[in-house]
Amino acid sequence: MKEKPRILVVDDELIIRQSLSDWLAESGYEVEAVEDGFKAIGEVKKKKWDLLLVDLKMQGMDGIDVMREAKRISKELPVVIITGYPTVDSAVQAMKEGAYDYIVKPFNPEEIDLVIRNIIAHQNLVKENIYLRQELKRRYQFKDIIGKSRKMQEVLVLVKTVAKSNSTVLIQGESGTGKELIARAIHSTSPRSKCPFVAVSCAALPETLLESELFGHEKGAFTNAISLRKGKFELADKGTLFLDEVGDMSQNTQADLLRVLEEREFRRIGGSELIKVDVRVISATNKELEKLVKEEKFREDLYYRLNVVCIQVPPLRERREDIPLLVEHFLTKYSIENKKGIEFIDEDALRLLMRYNWPGNVRELENVIERAVVVAKKDFIGPDELPPSVKGKPKEVLKSSVADHNLSLQEIEKRHISQVLEATNWNIKEAANILKIDRTTLYNKIKKYKLTKPA
Amino acid sequence: MEKEPQLVLNFLLNDLVDCIYLLPIGNIAKEMLCFLPKKIEMRFDYSSEILEKIGIPERAFDLKRNQYSSTQILRNILEFTPENALKIIGLISVDLYIPVLTFVFGQAQLNGKAAVVSIHRLRQEYYGLPPNNRILLKRLGKEVIHELGHTFGMVHCWDTRCVMHFSNSIREIDVKEDKFCESCSKILLSKL
Repeated sequence: MKEKPRILVVDDELIIRQSLSDWLAESGYEVEAVEDGFKAIGEVKKKKWDLLLVDLKMQGMDGIDVMREAKRISKELPVVIITGYPTVDSAVQAMKEGAYDYIVKPFNPEEIDLVIRNIIAHQNLVKENIYLRQELKRRYQFKDIIGKSRKMQEVLVLVKTVAKSNSTVLIQGESGTGKELIARAIHSTSPRSKCPFVAVSCAALPETLLESELFGHEKGAFTNAISLRKGKFELADKGTLFLDEVGDMSQNTQADLLRVLEEREFRRIGGSELIKVDVRVISATNKELEKLVKEEKFREDLYYRLNVVCIQVPPLRERREDIPLLVEHFLTKYSIENKKGIEFIDEDALRLLMRYNWPGNVRELENVIERAVVVAKKDFIGPDELPPSVKGKPKEVLKSSVADHNLSLQEIEKRHISQVLEATNWNIKEAANILKIDRTTLYNKIKKYKLTKPA
Repeated sequence: MEKEPQLVLNFLLNDLVDCIYLLPIGNIAKEMLCFLPKKIEMRFDYSSEILEKIGIPERAFDLKRNQYSSTQILRNILEFTPENALKIIGLISVDLYIPVLTFVFGQAQLNGKAAVVSIHRLRQEYYGLPPNNRILLKRLGKEVIHELGHTFGMVHCWDTRCVMHFSNSIREIDVKEDKFCESCSKILLSKL
């Protein structure tokens, strides 16, 4: 849900604070008002604001002081200086110090409204810009698909071929094999590359939220739907929609998705208007969809719709010859990111990496190298920088889990995950890091093994 | 003379049923008011009636600004609010202000009971144009619905044709219609 823009009013006159707050609230802004600069700075430290409206003449800290201090805390925070005693000098000083605008009380409603709307629109653009930069950075990671192995070369040839077409693609592979990277590569080399690539994780959201995420909702469609929200299908119009963990989708959402894929149109939740979209769907799963179809957990018709072209991403253990190349790539990447001059990895360390089974695949390898770069004290990575799991002390690592030889592999996994969750006090991010799996996979495992957080 | 039975019944019912009242403040021409109850009933589905006029509270006048404080007027309106009033909206011919703004077309208590609309800047004459009653009534109808919308907790809408769109200039009032957009209608329905 989109949040209301938040405005902090700072003025020592109660009547101004009240009337400005009431007027802004009528426009749907979330407003708080404080009477002096010290309280204002406290608020800036505590919460995120989209705009500060600060009176120039106040006891203690004046408006310029408040702005200076606020910008020291939050550089991008827009500040508008308001005053009942305008002078050219104070206006010039305010603008020089970085005020977005300088407005004289009482304001012309059209003028102040325009200033606020422009600032909010600018703030939205800044947020969008940050998002797009991140997207662009990720998009360039096409070069991150590294592999000289025959299996990976076959995948890359297939990627280039399907990119030109408009077909629906299903990417299958274990967690951490880089399914999203493959999807992004297809998008960025397709004719749709100038339009958005929108990713949704079907496992991370409950059924109702996923529906609203995919199809959007009208203002007032349900409690808290305070504004119209476009769904991912609309956002991905003319581009690509990437549905990750598609095997975790509920039956209802599967039916809705099938309808959109067949008819290329849908309605927002609570809406009556049919919205037409031109979206290419790429889905991914680490589950055997065919098996789910047989178990009637996944619709057969949807399976065939999604599985027009299937790309099987091989696990890292089946393409060990790619490990040195991947290591070199991650070494350079994290060496630059961490401003460290790590030149190479020694033979012993590389031998250990080649021998390890990599259950977390490329993601696990990347994490291992990142950690090694961070802890390295010399200009190379040796066995000392590698974690115990890679150095081959499996007996010690799994000691507690395998003590009972009657346990199945699933039971060992369940117990190990449970222990890690307990040790991290159910901090999912931390637990996922230790287990070298992504959060979505961890959520799936928690669901699968019915693990519950102790009350 | 005794009241007829039906009139007595209406009188009693009005005392019990929630009603949206219109309160003329100062001299407001009858033709300005008589079309409003029907419009209000249509938009909010509550009965609406016009109360006896009251005088303009002179304590609301600000000599320096040569305007009337709408906040003060709202307080005054509340003093004249009948018990069965769900909402009450005052209509006034003088120019209104709130301390931070140079003027307001009206003011409402967001999620509250009272609202006020000024006719002063809705007149064509204010903009140096010949009088036009048709335009004035259209504008007045929109502003009454808009301010009452605020009393039901509605906030401004980005749809320029929705009655809840901003009313910061006469242009914005003229562009919008006197009804709620689809989204605002749904929200209003949940609040009624």
